[in-house]
Amino acid sequence: MIETLVTGEAFAPDAEVARFVAARGADCGAAVTFAGYCRGASKNGEVTQLELEHYPGFTEKEIERLACLIAAKHNISDVLVIHRFGAIAPGEPIVLVAALSAHRAAAFAAVEELMDYLKTDAPFWKRETGPDGACWIEPTAEDRRRREEHSK
Amino acid sequence: MMRILFFGRLRDAAGGRERLVALPDDVGTVADLRDWLARNDAALGSAISARGVHVVVDQVICNKDAQDVRAAAEIAFLPPLSGG
Repeated sequence: MIETLVTGEAFAPDAEVARFVAARGADCGAAVTFAGYCRGASKNGEVTQLELEHYPGFTEKEIERLACLIAAKHNISDVLVIHRFGAIAPGEPIVLVAALSAHRAAAFAAVEELMDYLKTDAPFWKRETGPDGACWIEPTAEDRRRREEHSK
Repeated sequence: MMRILFFGRLRDAAGGRERLVALPDDVGTVADLRDWLARNDAALGSAISARGVHVVVDQVICNKDAQDVRAAAEIAFLPPLSGG
């Protein structure tokens, strides 16, 4: 099943993965998962907090659309996306993506592509706070290049 | 009344996330709305006209200057998206 959640609450990736993988079908032989965490340092120096703004209603709809798009593209039926919004402390999980497939290639490809899409196409806005103040973070040239690769 | 929403750095430029407005009769399209907002605030006008800014009309991505907005309840201006 395609399962997406946009939440203001902290979540535990290990528990979510265990639950998601336990429900796999008899034909499933591969589970690939990715968890992204808030870093305590960036190119701008120390990070004390990350604020993720979202557009209630629209963000949920877009995450669901992206998950369905990638599942269809890789011909898999089990995808999980959990994405935080709000104030996030260094060390806390921000995003979890998981995919199940019969063999490993489809699940690996789906997770990587979905993460590349989330970086540039998911309606979130990130503001990093450090000792010297706060600044908005936008996708890097590398993020855009990776996303464009999937459109070719 | 129409709700106009600004996210990310556009929220800073607008001085708040949300504005409730009554559109004047000469504002009919997305382009008109941008011009009208710019008339009152040039800095906001250039921020919402920048490359990479998306326009969402009633929670559907629109990005067409000619889109009619007179019947819309909610219009959002989104700076470049950045999830993950």
